[in-house]
Amino acid sequence: MIKLKMGERFATLRNREIASLERRLFLRQGLSMGALSLLAGCNVTDEAGIENALRKISSWNDTVQAKLFDPKRLVEEYPASAIVRPFPFNAFYDEDGIPAVSAADFSLELAGLIRDRKPWSLAELYALPQVTQTTRHICVEGWSAVGQWTGAPLRHFLERVGADTSARYVGFKCADDYYTSIDMATALHPQTLMAFRQDGDVLPAPNGFPLKIRVPTKLGFKNPKHVRAIFVTNEYPGGYWEDQGYNWFAGL
Amino acid sequence: MSDSRTGRLPAAPTIHGRIVRLTHWVNALAFLILLLSGWKIYNASPVFAFRLPNELTLGGWLGGALLWHFAAMWLLALNGLLYLGHSFLSGHFRRKLWPVSPAAVWADIRAALSGRLAHDDLSVYNAAQRAAYIALILGIVLLALSGLAIWKPVQLAPLVQLFGGFDTARVVHFVAMALTLAVTAVHVLMVVLVPRTLLAMLIGRLPTVRSPQ
Ligand code: HEM
Repeated sequence: MIKLKMGERFATLRNREIASLERRLFLRQGLSMGALSLLAGCNVTDEAGIENALRKISSWNDTVQAKLFDPKRLVEEYPASAIVRPFPFNAFYDEDGIPAVSAADFSLELAGLIRDRKPWSLAELYALPQVTQTTRHICVEGWSAVGQWTGAPLRHFLERVGADTSARYVGFKCADDYYTSIDMATALHPQTLMAFRQDGDVLPAPNGFPLKIRVPTKLGFKNPKHVRAIFVTNEYPGGYWEDQGYNWFAGL
Repeated sequence: MSDSRTGRLPAAPTIHGRIVRLTHWVNALAFLILLLSGWKIYNASPVFAFRLPNELTLGGWLGGALLWHFAAMWLLALNGLLYLGHSFLSGHFRRKLWPVSPAAVWADIRAALSGRLAHDDLSVYNAAQRAAYIALILGIVLLALSGLAIWKPVQLAPLVQLFGGFDTARVVHFVAMALTLAVTAVHVLMVVLVPRTLLAMLIGRLPTVRSPQ
């Protein structure tokens, strides 16, 4: 069980990531700052201050995007002929790092502001009413691919387990130590799914077996794979990439 | 030409007003940041079969480039709205960029290529300049619209449709960047050839020189 000490481990991870961001952003590529300061005719020395300012603007962008987000607007669906096969694999590791999750041992942990926190087995999850969507997955890198996912609307699941849907965030933790979080409005969007199947088959390992959260209103890195825990909280949970500098809301 | 009461020279006439100068230089800075961070973002997943020189990019890695890009877009947009609003309302566009006839632009381009293009009175833009500035303004408007489309393809789905889909909107954004950059390159080259114009765009007027009586 994860319960509420889940924050600790991820907090240390987060601090490590923030330190590594500072290196990546500014030391490794001093040259690119150099090019800008040269061209702009001024000497940019206060790199920590710039990073700070950029992060503030990024959280302002979170606010703007939350306002722009229309909880009723549906994502465009595509015909089956648009599906990309094989669906691209993308993670913070190579294919040999894909976690081997055992279906028999799997249990989905629930934590935080949820009334009924009993873990769910795969069989119980598979028994939930499911829907299918054929939507475009858009990566922060710029590429996109249409895929088809089948699963239970996250909204129904959250209501069923008695999640506090007035809370601000829903967070996810994954078997590969990936983690991310989304705003409650997006978690309740009708097309946000707990996906168990892709393209008609049980979710293949590279695409997130046994559970991927499919969020078609957000960039790909907000669609966690191999999810093993879901929690509801009012404290900003961040995410693996978000803590390194990717914009948190990342809405489409 | 001196003022008979004070004995001082009258102030030189204003060539570029305060708002035009301010918004011009803020725009140049925002454009540069968007350009260099945009190249880094492009390199993360190139639309075409080439990458842009990584040493010239801004941000260090994709996440850093995105932070710069989505910060500078506000600078470009707010500054651009100030410039457009001011220019339409004050009659700046009507006075300085209008009219512009294709024949006059063509004649000016030929004159420029043979080194005979006149730009003596800095308060009046010749036809080639008018065409270039209108192209730059439209280029930036197109960049902003295609950028919005790929930033919010779900919330702004009709805009994506207008561009013919997400992938086409990406191509439009890149091509608009390339064309705007090309016109900017010519623009800056012209400034290098007529450096007085730079002084006027910086301080608003040319310094008065006491002409020998
Ligand atoms: C370092 C780069 C740049 C320099 C040195 C520069 C310089 C100048 C100068 C000197 C003028 C006045 C020309 C004259 O009086 O004949 C001017 C006008 C103008 N420039 Fe630039 N410029 C630069 C970048 C840009 C960029 C990136 C854009 C847009 C993409 C741009 C758009 C314009 C426009 C639209 C005007 C006309 C302004 C008006 O009167 O409303 N410039 N520029």
